[in-house]
Parts: sequence; structure tokens; C-alpha cells
Amino acid sequence: MDNMFKPRIIAFCCNWCSYAGADLAGVSRFQYPPNARIIRVMCSGRVEPRFVFRAFEKGADGVIVTGCHIGDCHYISGNKKAEERMKLVRYLIGILGLEEDRFRLEWISASEGQKFAHVMTAFINKIKELGPNPMFGKIEEGTECQQ
Amino acid sequence: MSTEQEQPRIGVSVCHCGTNIGGFLDVPAVAEYVKTLPYVIYSEHNLYTCADDGLTSIKNAIKEHDLNRIIVASCTPRTHAPLFQYTCESAGLNPYLFEFVNIREQCSWVHMKEKEEATLKAKDLIRMGVARANLLEPQTEKRVDVISKALVIGGGVAGMSASLSLADQGFQIYLIEKEEELGGMVRKYYKLTPSNIDALEFIDNMVNKIKIRENIKIYKSSIVKDVRGYIGNFKVTIEGKSNENLEVGTIILATGAQEFKPNGFYEYGQDERIVTTIELENKMRIKELDGVINVIMIQCVGSREERIPYCSRICCMTAIKNAIYLKKEFDISVNILHNEIRVYGDYYEALYRKAQEIGVHFNKFGENDKPKVLKENGTLNVEIFNEGLGRIEKYPADLIVVSTPMVNISDAESLSKMLKVPLGQDRFFFEAHVKLRPLDFATDGIFLCGAAHAPATIPEVITQGYGAASRAAIPLASGYVQVEAITSHVEEAKCRGCGRCVEVCEYKALELAELENGRRVSRTNEVLCKGCGTCVATCCNGAISMMHYTSEQINAMIDAALSEKVGGGIVG
Ligand SMILES: Cc1cc2nc3c(=O)[nH]c(=O)nc-3n(C[C@H](O)[C@H](O)[C@H](O)COP(=O)(O)OP(=O)(O)OC[C@H]3O[C@@H](n4cnc5c(N)ncnc54)[C@H](O)[C@@H]3O)c2cc1C
Ligand code: SF4
Ligand code: SF4
Ligand code: SF4
Ligand code: FES
Repeated sequence: MDNMFKPRIIAFCCNWCSYAGADLAGVSRFQYPPNARIIRVMCSGRVEPRFVFRAFEKGADGVIVTGCHIGDCHYISGNKKAEERMKLVRYLIGILGLEEDRFRLEWISASEGQKFAHVMTAFINKIKELGPNPMFGKIEEGTECQQ
Repeated sequence: MSTEQEQPRIGVSVCHCGTNIGGFLDVPAVAEYVKTLPYVIYSEHNLYTCADDGLTSIKNAIKEHDLNRIIVASCTPRTHAPLFQYTCESAGLNPYLFEFVNIREQCSWVHMKEKEEATLKAKDLIRMGVARANLLEPQTEKRVDVISKALVIGGGVAGMSASLSLADQGFQIYLIEKEEELGGMVRKYYKLTPSNIDALEFIDNMVNKIKIRENIKIYKSSIVKDVRGYIGNFKVTIEGKSNENLEVGTIILATGAQEFKPNGFYEYGQDERIVTTIELENKMRIKELDGVINVIMIQCVGSREERIPYCSRICCMTAIKNAIYLKKEFDISVNILHNEIRVYGDYYEALYRKAQEIGVHFNKFGENDKPKVLKENGTLNVEIFNEGLGRIEKYPADLIVVSTPMVNISDAESLSKMLKVPLGQDRFFFEAHVKLRPLDFATDGIFLCGAAHAPATIPEVITQGYGAASRAAIPLASGYVQVEAITSHVEEAKCRGCGRCVEVCEYKALELAELENGRRVSRTNEVLCKGCGTCVATCCNGAISMMHYTSEQINAMIDAALSEKVGGGIVG
């Protein structure tokens, strides 16, 4: 059964650092498991909490948000805003009955192709350990930010 | 073309990229699958979508099938989006109705041993792209003025060449050099090849040309402390004798390289008779070679092995250059120990022959059988298994020169972060595209030349300096750049005037305005807005939307990613 489980992962990558890091992983041919589907956003600060909830609601087994290292955000502090927001997301995911580890926030720079591949591999393995999203179909539509 | 009311008519081109994509996933199957997706009218697959016939085929398809959305599934938008957007535009389609799906860097190249899974993933990714494309709307770009000044970081041969060329074109240049003097690595050499010119004379010549230019302002003993802003409007903080804030339109990075210090190799650092090539050049310059009769050079020390796998390109020709000087000017015998001599081109090949003719010795050791340095009663000997002679040989040496590779400067990592430009696997700075944009970084307005990119010879870095200068001059000369029409937009009806968005915007692009009825609402200043989207994620009332990256579009992508169990989930 375990081998049969192929996690479905949504990854939000900021255009300036992490998406470029993902490109570099490709250029360098660093291999990682094929489970993540990347959505490019301009900045990690663009990621609305409801995107994350929506992904879980629609059956994602894990969601990862990646951005520039703190201090390096192309828009000065978008990642700091993301960090605050995503703390809340982690907390709310717990309340929804999901393991907090199904969600992750990581800083990956444009030159960290290797790190991108490592982070993806580690995250996917973690989700494999956790198994399928137990709340799939049970989360109410319209869970929103309460900040 | 208005598409707002029109139904989407989507055309998709899936690229093989030769075997880069086609070799690792089933491209025809993907193109076939795409036809089953809603609103997809047309789907094709090309060997090279970015080649002329690929682009023509997109243009023809737009006309023939009356397409109002185009999707290319190929490499990365970070390098190829402008090309395809331009193609759409030239066929009469608003470039914002183009969607890019990355199935190379983020699929075929990272799942090279999982053809089936990679194919499924590519299908998922294109399905997500189609979902977004359905919701795309045409946009008009705004123009932003460009400050017609440039910053050049690094005053070596590359940076000086770039500065001179830009100054010739009439622009104001700020040239930043970390050291007390301009000139870079070349300042430390004896003579240069080709041309046998004295290294210092060559550099002084160049420096003198720079010094007299009124439109080049030189900052010596200075570094770049901070860079903010965008193409056309960079704000740069310089730290040095005086701290200054500069405003420039474009930036050229020319920070060069350094010689790898072979600590831990042989007894370098402990025995003074073991030196690097630059240290040898210095000894020749100050004529400090008394009593030296035999010099042994060992090639590829540190390079072409695990830690530094690349060939540094210049060390073989440098060794040969120095061997000739040692022999002819100092009457010293030279023995070059190598695994293979890599000289290229007419000139260096001839130099190699000349060295052999005048009696420089060349002896080959095995790739996995590095030379051993032996100390016997204080005398140095180098022992190798001589592949030519098929036996172990021992050579005496008064001086051992280890040829080590050029490596990137020590503060490369922090510069990379500050400028948001990448380093490659070799730790050198990494261009936007090897073939299409060799002197650009992917970040608009920042360019690259010289040894900061890879080990190169002086003629090569001068060429690159001129090239980068002409790239950097394009926005300076036109005076404006078009910036992407990605800005926030407040829907007044939904806004409650709480002001949270105003607080989070770093660019002061949002302002609370009072309506006639006294209600306060937030408004975007589109010229100031940089399109980060932080305000959108902040507003709890969903009152702000992001042009071209709307929440609806992102939601549609999330839904599409998870709508089918094609690429993930529990299959079979
Ligand atoms: C031993 C040796 C011998 C060689 N001999 C020859 C030869 O005979 N003929 C030939 O064609 N080529 C030769 N080369 C190659 C030559 O050295 C390079 O082509 C050339 O130096 C590259 O110029 P550059 O401007 O790119 O880099 P550099 O010469 O390294 O100049 C870069 C400059 O940037 C400055 N800098 C670095 N970081 C910063 C920062 N953060 N802020 C501001 N400034 C900074 C540095 O101080 C330096 O002045 C030789 C190389 C070696 C190692
Ligand atoms: S570079 Fe991009 S568009 Fe060109 S052939 Fe390769 S994948 Fe296709
Ligand atoms: S955060 Fe939303 S509701 Fe508050 S002022 Fe901004 S747009 Fe209006
Ligand atoms: S998108 Fe970013 S820059 Fe534009 S108004 Fe919102 S927070 Fe400010
Ligand atoms: S741009 Fe990368 S996190 Fe803001």
C-alpha cells in the first residue's frame, strides 16, 4: 500500500528566487521525485492563505511555499509578510485536523538548485510517511483567513 | 483583439527541445492528451519551438484557427517568455494572452529516469496552464523612465573595457573597485600572451584611458553594500572611503576571479619552494629567481577532480607562456608535468610547439596517478609514473609551480544574493541562457562579463566587456523600458477602508481615498506598484486583485492540478 501512495503536492515558488532555484536544479540535472506541481507567483507574499486551504480541500497531500531568503525578497519584505501569514496557516491546518507537517515554508535562493532538489525530496518523503490527506472531501468550502 | 466576451480558443505547442524534453517524456502523447482539454482548439509538437519554424507555426496557427490564447510547454519563462510573447504579438495577439508551461527545467531534466511519471506530470502542468489561460485577459504595459547612468562592479580588464565602451557612447559610468588600484588579477603578472607585452604596462595603459574620461567616476577601495530597485531605477549604496548612494539604470557585474590557493596540496604554504602560478609571475617580475636551475610545473592541481571538476582553460597556456620566459630570459630549465595539455586555437597551439622546440620538457602522468613531491635531505624531487616512457621517473626541482584553477571571488555568494543573480554549479556567476543571452542575467537590467562568468583570456574578457556594455546601453539609449502590466487593483465596492494593505506595501503604491459619500477606500497607484501581490494576500475582504496573477487564475491552477489523478494520487 505504501508503495502505491503517490502524494500530490502543490508548490508555490516566488519568481525571483525559488522558481529560479527550481530552474537551476533542472539545468544541473539534480533529480527529485515527480510529485510536486509548481505554481509560479511573483513573491511568496502573494500566497493567500486561502490558496493553501483550497489545495488541501481539493485533495493535496502537502503544500509548500518557497521564497527568497529573509532580507533578499525582490520586493523588500514580501517574504516576511508571508512568514507571518504562514505561521497562522500552519496553526489553522492543525485546527482543521491536518498534520502541521503537511505544510512547509522554505527559503531557497536562485543559486540553490541543490537545495531545491533536497527540500522537495525531503518534503515528498515526509508526506509519504504521513500518508494521504485524511481531510480530503471533509474540509468545508470557503475556509478563509481570519487574521 | 478583444477576448473578454469571446470564448477562449486555445492553441498549445509542446516542445521536444531536441532530446532535452523529447528524450525523457512522451511528447506526442502529451500533445495528444492536450487536445482533450476544454477550449483547446489546436495542439502541436515541435522539435524546437523557439526555432524559426516553431515560431512560424505558432503564428500560422493563430491565424488559421482564430486562436485567442497560446500556450507553449517547453523550457522556462525566465528565459524564453519574451520570445514567445513577441511572436504572439506579431500575430496580433496581446502578449498577456500567452501562458508558459515549464516541462524542461521543472520536469524532463529533473525526472530523467521516470519517463512515465514525467509524462503524467507534463500533462498535469499543461492542464494547469490551460486552466489559467482560460482566465487570462489582455493588458497594456506602462513605460518607465530609465536613469541613463550605469554601474560597473569590478575594475579589472573586463570592467574597464565595459566602462570605456559605455563612456564612449556618452553615458555616465560609476566604476566600483574593491582594491586600491584598478587592474584586477593582471596587475600581478609578469608578461602577457599574446603579444609579450609587460602586464603592468598593459594595465596602466588601460587605466590611463579610463582616468581621463570625465564621464567615468571611479570609486577605489569601495564595495557595493546594497542594491534596490529595478531596471531603469536601481538604487545602489557604495561603501568605501566615503559612503554614497547612486542611482543607475543598468548594472554590469565584472568582479573577476581569483587563483585557487592550493592549501593542503603538496607542501604548499609550508615549503617556500612550492608556489602558485601568480606567485611565479611575481618572482619573474621582481627577478627573484637566483639559484633556480630546474623548475617543475604541475598542471591541474585542484582542478578536473572532485571538488573543482572544470578545466580552468587558461592554466596550460599560462604554464607554457611562463616556461618560455623562464627558459629564454632566465635560462632556467622547465619540465611541465601534465595529464594532458589543453591548448586551443591557432595561437596557443603554436606557442606549445615553440616551447617544445626551445627545449621545454613535457611529461604526462596518469589521470588517477598524481605526481608525488618528495623531500630528500632538503632537496625537492617530483616523482611520476611517466606514461610516455612507461616507467616511474624522478625529477629534481628548485622550484615547483602548481597550476591551480581560477575560482570565483570569495564574496560571490553575498553579491549573488544582493543582486539576485544566480551562481552555477561551478560557483561562477550564471548567465540567463548559454546560447540566447550569454551576457545577460535573468534579472532585467543586470549584465555579466569577464572571469566572473568563467575562466577566460584577456582578449575574451575584453570582447565580453564590450558586449555587456552594448547590452547595458540598450535601455539607457532608449530612455524607457516597458514594465510588465502586473499591478494590484482595488475593487471599491468590496473595500472597507481598513488600511491594512496600505501598511504592507513597501512602495507606497496604495493610498486611502475618500469617496464623495464619505466612505474611505484604498486605491493603487499603478506607476508605483511593483506587482508583488502582498496587499492582495493581506486584504481579508478579497477587495484587491492582481492583474495577470488573479486569485481566480491561481485557484483554477490549484483545482486543475488536483482535478485528475493522472500525475499523482493513488493510481492503478
Ligand atoms: C596566472 C594567470 C596568468 C594569466 N595570464 C594571462 C595572459 O598572459 N594572457 C591572457 O590573455 N590572460 C591571462 N590570464 C587570464 C586573465 O587573468 C583574465 O582573463 C583577466 O584577469 C580577467 O579579467 P576580469 O576583469 O574579468 O577579472 P579580474 O582581473 O579578476 O578583475 C576583477 C576586478 O574586480 C574587483 N572586484 C572583485 N570583487 C569586487 C567587489 N565585490 N566590488 C568591487 N570590485 C570587486 C577585483 O578587485 C578586480 O580588480 C591569466 C590568468 C592567470 C590566473
Ligand atoms: S529552448 Fe525551449 S523552446 Fe527552444 S527548443 Fe528548447 S524547450 Fe523548446
Ligand atoms: S486591506 Fe482590503 S479592505 Fe482594507 S483598505 Fe485595503 S483593500 Fe480595502
Ligand atoms: S502589489 Fe505590492 S507593490 Fe503593488 S500595491 Fe500591492 S503591495 Fe504595493
Ligand atoms: S520575491 Fe521571492 S519572496 Fe518576495
